[in-house]
Formats: sequence, structure tokens, C-alpha cells
Amino acid sequence: MKIFKSLTKRYIVFTPILLVVVVAQVETYSQLTTSGTFGAAVRLAIPILLAGLGGLYSEKTGVVNIGLEGMMIMGTWFGAWGGFTFGAWQGVFIGMLGGALFGLIHAIATVSFQVDHIVSGVAINILAAGVARFLNVIAYEGVAYASSTASPRIQGDIGIFTMPFLAGGKIGETVTPNLIGRVEDLNIFLVSDFAGLMLGFLSNISYLTLFALILVPVSFLVLWFTPLGLQMRSVGEYPAGAESLGVNVYLMKYIGVTISGALSGLAGSYLVVAGTGTYLEGQTGGRGFIGLASMLFGNYKPFGILMGSGLFGFADALQLRSPQAVHGLLIVISIFLLVLTFKAIFEKKYKASVVSFLLSAAFLIWFVNSTSIPNQFVYFTPHITTLIVLSFANQRIKLPEKNGVPYKKGELN
Amino acid sequence: MKMRFRLVSVSAPIIALTISFGLSSLILLIIGKDPYETFKIMFEYGIRGKSIVSIINRSIPLYISAIAVAVGFKMGLFNIGVEGQYLMGSLVAAYIGAQFSIITPLHILFIIIVAVATSSLWAAIAGYLKVEKGIHEVISTIMLNYIGTGLIAYSLTTIFDEPNSNYDLPRTKELPETGKMPPLNKFFNIEDLQDLHGFLVIAVLVGIFYYWLVWKTTLGFDLRITGSNPIAAKFSGINPNKLVVIAMITSGGFAGLVGLGPLLSYFHRYTIDFPTGLGFAGIGVALLGRNHPFGMAVGALLFAFLQRSAQILDLNDVPKEIEQMMQAFILLIVVVFYEVIRRFIVKQQVKDASKRSDE
Repeated sequence: MKIFKSLTKRYIVFTPILLVVVVAQVETYSQLTTSGTFGAAVRLAIPILLAGLGGLYSEKTGVVNIGLEGMMIMGTWFGAWGGFTFGAWQGVFIGMLGGALFGLIHAIATVSFQVDHIVSGVAINILAAGVARFLNVIAYEGVAYASSTASPRIQGDIGIFTMPFLAGGKIGETVTPNLIGRVEDLNIFLVSDFAGLMLGFLSNISYLTLFALILVPVSFLVLWFTPLGLQMRSVGEYPAGAESLGVNVYLMKYIGVTISGALSGLAGSYLVVAGTGTYLEGQTGGRGFIGLASMLFGNYKPFGILMGSGLFGFADALQLRSPQAVHGLLIVISIFLLVLTFKAIFEKKYKASVVSFLLSAAFLIWFVNSTSIPNQFVYFTPHITTLIVLSFANQRIKLPEKNGVPYKKGELN
Repeated sequence: MKMRFRLVSVSAPIIALTISFGLSSLILLIIGKDPYETFKIMFEYGIRGKSIVSIINRSIPLYISAIAVAVGFKMGLFNIGVEGQYLMGSLVAAYIGAQFSIITPLHILFIIIVAVATSSLWAAIAGYLKVEKGIHEVISTIMLNYIGTGLIAYSLTTIFDEPNSNYDLPRTKELPETGKMPPLNKFFNIEDLQDLHGFLVIAVLVGIFYYWLVWKTTLGFDLRITGSNPIAAKFSGINPNKLVVIAMITSGGFAGLVGLGPLLSYFHRYTIDFPTGLGFAGIGVALLGRNHPFGMAVGALLFAFLQRSAQILDLNDVPKEIEQMMQAFILLIVVVFYEVIRRFIVKQQVKDASKRSDE
């Protein structure tokens, strides 16, 4: 019985995934698990992943970074400007610098002046929106296809990579067989869906995506297996103790927050360079905050953040690729709520079971009486997913001990 | 607090203003414009009669939005969702208010109640999520903003759209004459100028009510003590979870009033060009005014002045977006200097106390 309990606790999160696979067997909702959807999910997950990693570096050193969104905005603008003036890769680099600059401003305010971290972050977001608008007006005066809210197209692009043999990539000029693609076409339950997922990661991947994915293990190694990482984490847990052992607390915080800005800037420039090709006002669309949410979901661990951002990216991909498939999610939610109902009855939480049962019935009625979800609802799929996911995943978080507490040398805190 | 410290406190926004003007001048110089000339044009345009009415009208929703944010700030709760809350409230109030017609004061009171109720319900979701699910209010309110925008876009085109209209863009039915707020021009004897919004009266009342609520009631005391020392507050018997929900609902209630100034006095209906962004602007005003009813009034007027006076800049070949930058500069620098000054005052107080104990 005890084992069953711990199993339900740990793996209840995987029920929705299984349900999605089951629902995807129906022809109408097959888009749920195709390689195309997963490919889009990867593309959309990367900015969230990078923002989440950015949040990780900052919060591990004890600085709460609500300004991720603003730093991402800077990344989009500088990325587009660099891309337009010099070229795609240079754009990525300049976007990172733009984000890092705003990270530095956040560090100056929160570390040197001990301003409340959330207040400073909110101010950074407002500043970034204003600066991006202003720069866009003055930088492209008289340039064709530019307006006050959009930049011209960037030059060139980042190359695309497809894995040979497994996903049908090329070696030299010869085309290799697409093995996983064949498995996907076989339509075997679970196996083909998994093949779709693999293909999403292996075919038509931008080199920038690979770079971002490599940053996950790199961050893990840097933060947990290097002296620098140990110092950074110690500053977030117990700054006064770290100080007494000779760690330069301020410096570590500066490093953490600036890296955080650079990664958010990278996230922003990814949106431009590997996505739209132009800067558009408001194109970050709250992804900095979703990144923060994925960091919470991932419990401050790089691979957890990867999982979280994958989930949000998947929700985002569905809304872009197939509004019909989002309709299929309604039945998934309904069944999942039913599972939760039984779980609640099992745990003798009768009030909760009634609530989730009623919600489950409501979603079922909605599912049966409609054929698609209105466009306007589809647009906020990632945001509502964020709230739902955090509602179910938030109880086990281990925050850095002194997260969000301003630290001043020589003061007890 | 002693007079000396009060004077020092006031210096923070003044320093911030000076530095922001300096920075903006520097930027103007870099893009090849004369800063002195630019600011002169802005100032001269800003103090015209028409501009002053426009500034006051603009400052009304800014001020109320700042108060909505400040209620949360007072207990260390960050309601970033004023944006979604006021838009929700305005839409529902505009729709329900247009369905019938009773005498003006009652009609307006009814619209206000509907807006306040809608917005506080929407805000309560964030309070619930924080207390029951442990989701930080910054994340939940931001997500609720996006969800709210989507719901508004959907319901405006379906449920709330004016029936049988030939107009292509979705909009609600116009409010009847009884639901429109009369302007104050007669009262101030400025009938040659554009309408001065009657909602000004309500904004002033809201400011007084906010002062009473936060500084003169038990709830306000609980809010303030939780904001300045959560542990002490807990030991004094305050239930922090209950207070979070109450504060969120109160904040949302104030947010409901934000959109009503423009709605009752100018737009008279909810359309897709209903002003947005007031919720975010309110955060800036609340930070600038340090959550004080008078300070926020000055802040709202200042930001409204910058917005209005920047309108002339495009005619003079200066990008008017410089104004948004200036607002953001003021905001960032002012929060830094408030912290610097706060620490300075604490240090001085400690010094004074030790001097007294020596004597």
C-alpha cells in the first residue's frame, strides 16, 4: 500500500502524457504526437528553456529575477539589430550582450544598492519595453520595411541540421535513410508516438537549438561540479557563511545575474534569429515569465527545467499547429481530473474529489458539445498550462535558502 | 518621523528626476537633438489649457491603478495583474450597464459595483492560487493577464458584441445617456476646453478612501505590519493566508475602477481600442509615489504630463518614444535612491539613539 501511494505521488504527472498518446490514436487528433508538432515544440521550448536556465543562475546566487522578460526583450531587439547589420550569428551574440547589459543593471540595483528584487525586476521590464521601442524608432529611420514596432529582416540565417541515418540527414551529397521516420509512419501505439518525439529532436534542428540544448548539461556541470558553481550556490544558501570563508559574495551575485541576463538575451535573439527573422514589439509574449515557471517546475535543476520548458513548448506548439488537436486536450484534461478524483477519494479528501469530479464533467460536456476551441482560447494555451502545471507540481520545491533576501556586507541576515 | 528625515525622504524623487532628465538629455544629444530646446517645447505645450485638462484626464486612471497596486505593495504582495483585472471589469460593466437605464447617480453606482465585483473576482483567483497552490502572485497574475486578454477577445466578439450593428469591429452597445458621467467643465468655468472627466471626483474620493483603509482601519494595520515584518505579524495573530486573499480582492476592487474613467466619460462602450497598459503604468506610479496617496497623485500627474507633452515632439522631429524611456529611467533610479535614503535614515536614527543613551 505504501509503495502504491509513493508511486501515485511520483508518477501521477505522467498520466496526462499517456492520455495524450492514447487520444492521439484518433485520426482527428493525430497531430498531437506527430514529429511536426514535436519539432515545433522543440523550437518553441528553447526560448523558455534558456530563460529558465537564466533564472536558475540568478536565483542560485539568491537574486530573484522577475526581469527575465525585460532582458529577453532586449535580446530580441539587439538580436534583430545585430542580425540586420552584421548577420545571423553576430545577431545572436549582440542579443546576448544586450540581455547581459540589463542583467548587469539588475545586479547593480539589487546587489550594490539592495533594492527589493521584485521591484527592481518590474522596473527592468518597464525600462526594457521603453528602451526597445525608442531604439527601434531611432535605429531604422528611413529603412524599408521597418516601423516603430518592427525591424527589417535579418541577413542570412542559422544553418539547419538533420541527423544522418536516424532522421534522414545528408552526408556530403548522399541522402541517408530516415529510419525513425519509417517507424513513425508505421502507426504502432506508443512506439510511433515516441518516434515522432525523437524525430522532433533530430531533424531540421537549427544549430542554435543544439547550442541551447548543450547548455543544459553544461549548466549542470558548472553549477554543481566546479569551484565557481559551488561558490555561487553557497552565496544563495548562506551568504554570511560564504563571506566568512572568503567568497566574494557580491562578485558571485554579479556573475550569476549577468549570466542570467545573457541567457535571457540569447532566448530573445533565438526568437528572432531562429524564428520570425524580425523584431516585433511584444513578441516575447510573457515567455520570460513562463521560463521562470519552468524553473519552478524543474525544482531548480537544469534537466528539470528542460522537462518543464518542453511541456510549455508542447502546449505552445499545439496552439500554433493545430487548434483541432487542442480540442483533443479537453478529453485528456477531463480524464486526468477523473483520475485525480479517484486519487482524492483514496486519500479521503472528499471535498477535493467533488470539485475535481465536477470539473471533469464540465470538460467532458465541453468536449462532447464542440468540435474545436475558439482561436482566442487557443492563444492562451501555454499560459493556462503554466498555471495548471504549477498547481500540481509546486509542493516539493527546494528554494535557495536566502533567495530574494538583499545581502549587505557586515549585516546579519 | 522627524522633519529632518522627511526632507531627506523627499530628496530621493528629486534626485531621480534630475538624473533622469540628465540621462534623457544625453540621449537626445547623441541622436543629434538639442535637449534644452526639446524640453522647452514639451513644457510650453504641456502647460496650455487644453493640455492641462488632458493631463488631468490621463492621470485619473493612472492614479487609481497605482492605488490598486499599492494596496498589495503595502503587505509585500505584487499584484502585476491590475492590467487584466481592469480590462475584465470594464468590459463586463460596459456590457451590463448598457442594458437598461435608470437615473444617473444610481446607474453610475451600479456600473461601478459591477466593475469592482468582476475585477475583484478575477483577482481572487491569484489569491487562491497563492494560498492553496503556492504559486507566486507575480507569475499567476501575469499568466492571468494573458488568459484575461484571450477571454476578453473571445467574449467581445461573441457574447458582448452589439447586435445588429453595421460596424465591422466588435464593440459593446453604447451606454444610455443616464450611464454617462457628466463633465466638470461648468464647475471650473472652462467651457471652451474639452471635457474634464467627471470621474476626477471619484478618483479623489478613492484616494481618501485608500488613506482611511490603510492607515485608519484594522485591516490596513494588518496589511502594513505584514509588509514590514511578516514574522511579527504572524505572532500577533494575523492569518497571512486569509490576508493574502483579502488584499488581492481589495486590490482587484480598486483595479475595477481604473477603466471606468475612460469608459464613463469618453468611450461610453468597450471597443477593441479601449486604452490598455494602464495597469502596468500604475505599478510605476505606485513605486514613484511610495504607496502614499499624495505621492502617487503627484506621480500620476507627472507621468500624465510627460505623456501629453511628448505628443508635440513628433512635429519637431524628435521621436516621442523618448518619453517612455524617461518614465522608465525615473522609475529605476527612484527605487535605487529610495533604498539608499532609507538606509541613510536608519543609520542616522541609530546614531541619534545611541547619542541619547550616552547622555
